Amino acid sequence: MNPLENVEGPTITAEYPTVERTPKNYFTEGGHTLKSWLLTTDHKRIGLLYLYSLLVYFTIAAIAAALMRMELITPAGDMVTSDTYNKLFTIHGTLMVWFFLIPSIPAVLGNFVLPMMLGAKDVAFPKLNLLSWYLFNGGGLLALTSLIFGGVDTGWTFYTPYSSTYSNSHVIAMAAGIFIAGFGTILTGLNFIVTTHKLRAPGMTWFRMPLFIWSLYATSVIMILATPVLAMTLALMGIERIWGVGIFDPRLGGDPILFQHLFWFYSHPAVYIMILPGMGVVSEVITCFSRKPIFGYHFVAFSSVAIAILGFLVWGHHMFTSGQSIYAGLVFSFLSYMVAVPSAIKVFNWTLTLYRGSISFTTPMIYVLGFIGLFTIGGLTGLFLAAVGLDVHVQDTYFVVAHFHYIMVGGMVTAFMAGLHYWWPKITGRMYPEKLGQLAALTMFLGFNLTFFPQFVLGYLGMPRRYHAYAPEFQIYNVMSSAGASILGVAYLLPLIYFIWSLKHGKKAPANPWNATGLEWQTPSPPPKHNFAETPVVDGPPYQYSAEKTEAELNAS
Amino acid sequence: MNFPLFPPQASQVARQTDHLLIGLILFSAFAMVVVFVPMIYFLFKYRRGTKADRRPVHLPEIMIEATWTIIPTIVFAGLFAWGANVYWAIERPPADAMDISVVGKQWMWKIEHPEGNREIDELHVPLGRNIKLTLASQDVIHSFFLPAFRVKQDVVPGRYSTLWFKADKLGTFHLFCSEYCGTHHSAMVGSVFVMTPDAYQRWLMRGAPGSTMAQEGERLFRAYGCSGCHIQSTIVRAPPLEGLYGRAVPLQSGQIVTADDGYLRDSILLPAKDIAAGYTNDMPSFQGHLSEDDLMKLIAYIKSISDTTPTRETEEAK
Amino acid sequence: MADAHAALQEQFEEMPQQKEAATLGMWAFLATEVLFFGAMFMSYIVYRQTYPQAFAEASHHTIVLFGTVNTAILLTSSLTMALAVQAARENNIKWLFRFLAITVVFALAFLAVKGLEYHQDLQEHLWPGPHFRPELPPQAQIFWMLYWIMTGVHALHVTVGVGLLSTMAWMTSRRKFSDAYYTPVEMTGLYWHFVDIIWIYLYPLLYLVHRYAS
Repeated sequence: MNPLENVEGPTITAEYPTVERTPKNYFTEGGHTLKSWLLTTDHKRIGLLYLYSLLVYFTIAAIAAALMRMELITPAGDMVTSDTYNKLFTIHGTLMVWFFLIPSIPAVLGNFVLPMMLGAKDVAFPKLNLLSWYLFNGGGLLALTSLIFGGVDTGWTFYTPYSSTYSNSHVIAMAAGIFIAGFGTILTGLNFIVTTHKLRAPGMTWFRMPLFIWSLYATSVIMILATPVLAMTLALMGIERIWGVGIFDPRLGGDPILFQHLFWFYSHPAVYIMILPGMGVVSEVITCFSRKPIFGYHFVAFSSVAIAILGFLVWGHHMFTSGQSIYAGLVFSFLSYMVAVPSAIKVFNWTLTLYRGSISFTTPMIYVLGFIGLFTIGGLTGLFLAAVGLDVHVQDTYFVVAHFHYIMVGGMVTAFMAGLHYWWPKITGRMYPEKLGQLAALTMFLGFNLTFFPQFVLGYLGMPRRYHAYAPEFQIYNVMSSAGASILGVAYLLPLIYFIWSLKHGKKAPANPWNATGLEWQTPSPPPKHNFAETPVVDGPPYQYSAEKTEAELNAS
Repeated sequence: MNFPLFPPQASQVARQTDHLLIGLILFSAFAMVVVFVPMIYFLFKYRRGTKADRRPVHLPEIMIEATWTIIPTIVFAGLFAWGANVYWAIERPPADAMDISVVGKQWMWKIEHPEGNREIDELHVPLGRNIKLTLASQDVIHSFFLPAFRVKQDVVPGRYSTLWFKADKLGTFHLFCSEYCGTHHSAMVGSVFVMTPDAYQRWLMRGAPGSTMAQEGERLFRAYGCSGCHIQSTIVRAPPLEGLYGRAVPLQSGQIVTADDGYLRDSILLPAKDIAAGYTNDMPSFQGHLSEDDLMKLIAYIKSISDTTPTRETEEAK
Repeated sequence: MADAHAALQEQFEEMPQQKEAATLGMWAFLATEVLFFGAMFMSYIVYRQTYPQAFAEASHHTIVLFGTVNTAILLTSSLTMALAVQAARENNIKWLFRFLAITVVFALAFLAVKGLEYHQDLQEHLWPGPHFRPELPPQAQIFWMLYWIMTGVHALHVTVGVGLLSTMAWMTSRRKFSDAYYTPVEMTGLYWHFVDIIWIYLYPLLYLVHRYAS
């Protein structure tokens, strides 16, 4: 059933499974049955369960994107009908946001490494952790059901009164799916918070924690405080749809803008759920492959917290043209500029970390450098959108589409790939092929820019988003974008192929292939069920790398 | 092949917006130089295996962090002020603007000029005049987007929105719906025709419908029985509407509101919301009985009698 | 902590750590709950600011008697819940069981009263929609929609509470708790007090508006 069962390769044979020859790890210790996976409470296995399910949702959402890009090659809406097109971008948005990006780094990599990084045996509530996965997939299946019965055409934002009154599609199933999956997210966040507070190994003080933990902690706070608001908002929308009367209904004096306020009160912080964990990965990888302690540890750590807090105060910048008061627009514009400051601090600190390092361009490092480039462009164009006078023009155009893809795909997906490569040896006990990895990382960077950079121009030219057919003068940039998307598609397929290949044929990974400092590297690859033979003790700050020593060893060998 | 970078620039606001864009692009280019030049230099100089000084140095961390916290904060505040300044110009219509009514419905724009001319998905305007659109939606949220003028306004059901622009270039420009509104969202597009004032007058005359919006409104005012209480009746006490538009109205709740389009709209559809001081809520709601177009005509009529005095004795509060 | 308690889970080193983790987890969950209800309270505040008269008029039709009785029932049940936790702390298992059982009875009584009230509300045409009482302004329907949603979600929480409290009572009867281990009882207590507090806010917002406004 599970390809990872083979990671032990030829060393395990049915004939002589002696104690000495069978390495104890979380694959062999828990058993190989399907049941042992579906009822597991091991955080590492749950992380992998998330990885498999994410792959399914990502593939469906990516196919939807591919079809959209094909349709948009020509100005006329000639490949699919308007209705189909609207359902495609809805399925793309909903699945990518709630069923891929939000759980991507936290639920896959976070689940896998957070307890190990803290020196813990597991998360604080392993059963709740498993429940999270079931809620997530229960919600996911419900969302997919809506797809099978004909899809949803509201866009991922579910604006009322379209969603509550006018749409003739399966809005309720989709909203219920997101509602249920939301509780999975909440439980994951809750688990991470409690684990970070209560299960740190002896000597692991708050300021000895790896920055990935800080970013996951900030993410978790957003998860438990923002997600319930979304759940209730979607419930209120669903109630209005089911009973035909509701509190956003303008005929009763209700206000559709209130829905937007509640929706973005969740969805803006949710954007930070979709970037903070990526920033954490960057801090891990950039220190390891430049052999340098991070510059300004406290500032990087607190900037995560600052982003989490400020992120709750800027939702109104999604509504500059919705008719909120001028003064609300100005306040939200100012706060949006302020939330950019901690992000800028992070970029500066990463840059200075490279100074006097010993830099090697491994696959995770290339992804991370790509992240910094793309995230910087995404962040800077965020400043364009925060300039409220300019936003009036580019709001709801492809400029916005390009901007958030730079953050979510250029940022989060790139960081997810970086993290996946970085911890792949730990997760599977196998190395991925380095050269192919570097090739995929570069292809992804190029394909991404070709796909999304032209969309900035398109947006400024005035092409609105969610357009099935468009004016002919927009065609050239759409063709460029679609060409880029096909390159991006190849760049995503490549790692999928070599990761699966590496499970069987990859070089065996030692416990610490990168000579990294985190606690997760002080246990065998793959780790045993309870992570550590004995609880590790921490006696110093993280990232005690020495570029000088690395070079000396290199010269000696 | 043609690679356009800017949409047509047909108003002062469009120029201001483009300047802001160019300013932000220059700032971004500068920021990228600041980040990426050192980064690429470090990546090259300190790549593994090269000879370089890698001895740890003690950098003044607090000073450095403070520098790159404070400088961006100040620059960002400046960018905010610039953006806010442009926004201020976009959001506040000049007083002398010419009114045009727009109703959005799935999937068309219905436009009516004060002279009574009606058009669909087309908007004819004279060059060099301030145009103020009053926008309403009959169903879902739409958004009225004119890229050539760099303005956009969501049209939310249940309320009026306004948008203003002043064309300073002749030509035909795009009109898009930019808030997703259902199946044929991308077909809810049209054109704005900017004409010389003379040509605009000729256009108005050519399609002259015979009655202005206000005249149409007056007809509706009688047809719906509004006049029964608001003009002739001495039995039912209803506030007189002459001279009402634009005036401050004291409410029963003690608040004072300005009788603008939004207030009149609410008073017709949700009469219980804001009751004028000294009156009781005897008016039935016209929610569901009046289309958005008719509502706008009624308001145009009430507006047209804003400089007359009541024909009957005004019954002032208390 | 030489011999580990049977209830100690493998990811923890010792019982106090496990208890602290459970407590922190419960508080984090309650933070989630606050925001969950927060979306409804926010909507309520916005509309009440916009339509104060309609809200006052609409709330005339809520049945103050039922609301008040239910407030008394829930407040008393919070007391019995606190007494249950105290009994556990004192290793008084007999009274722990009794107090839990009494709390369950109060919770069921609350639901029964709520059911009666819902029945009467429906008979008085207070469900928003085409059959809503015509003499009320349309915005009153928003008040009533919020009434049904807020009390409905709260009643759902009470129902979950009944389940939790019954489980606790059953576990008590199976001798699962002592003064060395009663964390689940404490956590149920936290949850129950939270349900109570939400009601303390709902009661004046839904039942007492008109007394303030007129």
